[in-house]
Amino acid sequence: MDNLCTLIVDDSSVMRKIVERSLRQAGLGISQVLEAGNGAEALTAVEQNKVDLILCDINMPVMDGLEFVKQLSTMEKAKGVPVVMITTEGSEGHVVQALSAGARGYIRKPFTADQVKEHVLPVLGGKQ
Amino acid sequence: MTPANSTVAPIGRECWLPTLQLALQEVFDLMLACPLEIPAVPPPIEGLDITSMVGLAGQLCGILTVRCSSKSAARMASRMLGTPTEKAGNQMWDAVGEICNMVAGNFKNKINGLGDGCMLSVPTVITGADYNLHSMVNLEIQTVLLFEGEPLVLSLEVHG
Repeated sequence: MDNLCTLIVDDSSVMRKIVERSLRQAGLGISQVLEAGNGAEALTAVEQNKVDLILCDINMPVMDGLEFVKQLSTMEKAKGVPVVMITTEGSEGHVVQALSAGARGYIRKPFTADQVKEHVLPVLGGKQ
Repeated sequence: MTPANSTVAPIGRECWLPTLQLALQEVFDLMLACPLEIPAVPPPIEGLDITSMVGLAGQLCGILTVRCSSKSAARMASRMLGTPTEKAGNQMWDAVGEICNMVAGNFKNKINGLGDGCMLSVPTVITGADYNLHSMVNLEIQTVLLFEGEPLVLSLEVHG
């Protein structure tokens, strides 16, 4: 599968563009990119689309990334969809919280395209 | 975790200035592909009409600010978006806010024991230079670096 639909969740539109560019530079077979500015918008996007991969910030208004991942884990439609957190909150506690909530990977900002590839590729399994 | 964040400094405040400089330089290296220079002689600090601020609360309480000119802010947005400066100008507030946020996060993650004990606010960006900020601090660390030859002022003001 090389036509991945990716959802990028971040309250910064500049950061969403950087993440998208990093994914494309990494050559991960991204065909469609959806954007959301917070967790609530992201849940709606997942409801309305067939999403293969989610990259998500933690600190966001309305609904933060950890709450989003928790709610996502209860959605039938989202079963098996990997979530990788991309955030400035890089402490061990935050990593544990995110992974416990259901995230499959964790990338600290600032990051490089290579680091995005390194963390995203394993969670895609056979999809890429 | 990522190599950029792997350096953990002791918590001693004498290390904070170089740690702040490193946190800022890493953000520009990785996200803007643009190394910052430490000036041999402090440059004149004028015309800095964009201020981005992130609050810190918890074990470390205070405010971290990044100040630059509008011209520099537009260039930063241009580098982050990969678009010409004239097209990136309307994104400069978002760009400098995100830079300040990343610097604050990168800094606290380098201070041993602070990662979990300090929360960050979402960034706030002020346009204009004619203002006074009263943050009731008792420690201020400030450094000036050069972004494409223009001054970029990074300050950490700490309570307690």
